[in-house]
Amino acid sequence: MSDKVRVALYWCASCGGCEEAFVDLAEDLIKLAEKVEIVFWPVAIDMKKSDVEQLPDESIDVSFINGGIRLSEHEEMVKLLRRKSKVVVAFGSCAHLGGIPGLANLYSKDEILKYVYLEAPTVVNPEGTMPKEVVKVDGQELELPKVLRLVKALDQVIDVDYYIPGCAPPPDVVKKALDTLLSGKLPPKGSVLGASSRSLCDECDLNKTKPEKILLKDLKRVHQVKLDLSKCYLAQGVLCLGPVTRGGCGTLCIKGGMPCTGCFGPLDNVKDYGARALSYLASILDYDDEAQAEKVIEEYVADPAGWFYRYSLPKSLVRGRYQGSGGEAHG
Amino acid sequence: MSEGRFEPRVVVFACNWCSYAGIDLAGTSRIKYPHNVRIVKVMCSGRVNPEMVLKALADGADGVLITGCHPGDCHYISGNYKTMRRYFLLKKLLKQLGLEERVRLEWISASEGERWARVATDFVEHIRRLGPLRLKEVMSSE
Ligand code: SF4
Ligand code: SF4
Ligand code: FES
Repeated sequence: MSDKVRVALYWCASCGGCEEAFVDLAEDLIKLAEKVEIVFWPVAIDMKKSDVEQLPDESIDVSFINGGIRLSEHEEMVKLLRRKSKVVVAFGSCAHLGGIPGLANLYSKDEILKYVYLEAPTVVNPEGTMPKEVVKVDGQELELPKVLRLVKALDQVIDVDYYIPGCAPPPDVVKKALDTLLSGKLPPKGSVLGASSRSLCDECDLNKTKPEKILLKDLKRVHQVKLDLSKCYLAQGVLCLGPVTRGGCGTLCIKGGMPCTGCFGPLDNVKDYGARALSYLASILDYDDEAQAEKVIEEYVADPAGWFYRYSLPKSLVRGRYQGSGGEAHG
Repeated sequence: MSEGRFEPRVVVFACNWCSYAGIDLAGTSRIKYPHNVRIVKVMCSGRVNPEMVLKALADGADGVLITGCHPGDCHYISGNYKTMRRYFLLKKLLKQLGLEERVRLEWISASEGERWARVATDFVEHIRRLGPLRLKEVMSSE
């Protein structure tokens, strides 16, 4: 046995960007390889579930798990990894908060399957074939994982020790988080690693041009204005979520000429990112007459869930569209 | 319902200066209003943020009623305008979340004890028709 830190990486419902985030460590990967032994990483190394099952419990030092929990398979795998690991880290927005796949919680499972397999304009499926959990092929019974009713964040399924935020986490953040984890001086459980505990505005170069009190008469979508890249975007009427978002990304989007959409998630002690963001927006709208306010909101915030819960719907207080028996919406 | 009729639990946020006083007036004037309401006094309706509303629903309320001074009458001048803007936005969000019918905003002045009783009765009956919410249970079941 080497004295290297034994690490596992796994993906659930994700786009692959978080895997890429590791590769983006570039030369630092080589340094990392001296300290770390990768025991499981399906995207890069051919290993199967049974290989993990054979490991003794808690024999993996750290498991980095990215992606939202969408399938029964994800649940099974993360529970297994939890058992085999000393420390579990939710890696990236989807594992942290549910992420983009979590927006699927605005629809029922049936609606999603129907759209994807029958109705989407790019689908040709004249026989109306739908995925089944069990199928017979040449007399053999094959099983497919079950689609869960709602997408979940990782800590809604297993106990999570730390979080690394971002969609995807930028290399600097990953590096800082790894340094912390490998230093042996572990921060309190539940900490968000590699990021700041202050808002994004706090580290934004444009913050000095942001007025003390912002009052907006009008909102603009980013494609409707020629953004002055040297002035706070919010002060120009473009909805930037910097004030309510955890800092640490180095203001990547701002530098790229786009407002922040909130991928680093809420600041400490905020339960519901979207509710907080919505509240913030309401507080900076400035109208003399309410009909005008309603009109602007109607026009520019047509999709508040998409605006405010882009990365965090599963971890919000409501978790998705209510599909109760109460009569409003049916699942 | 097997155990008699469903009794909704309705959380009411009431501002100290108008709405709470109006509710109080109903009480001292012996005007009847449904016992289903759980009244939370806040200094101003502008204090009620969306998180509080969602949390009430997540923690077991079947409906939430936000009340405040009539426009122009807020003790803090513009608190209720802020409430209104938030409410527009919140309503749009609630619609996407399938919860639009569960939240209402009403203006109740310190002298409107009668109106309070009507508003409360109406909302409680509305929620009764919708049925129990059980948000946490429904949203965490498989
Ligand atoms: S609102 Fe956006 S652009 Fe303005 S200071 Fe904050 S992060 Fe920077
Ligand atoms: S600016 Fe906002 S959306 Fe962009 S990477 Fe940073 S936290 Fe994420
Ligand atoms: S004090 Fe009543 S709404 Fe502000």
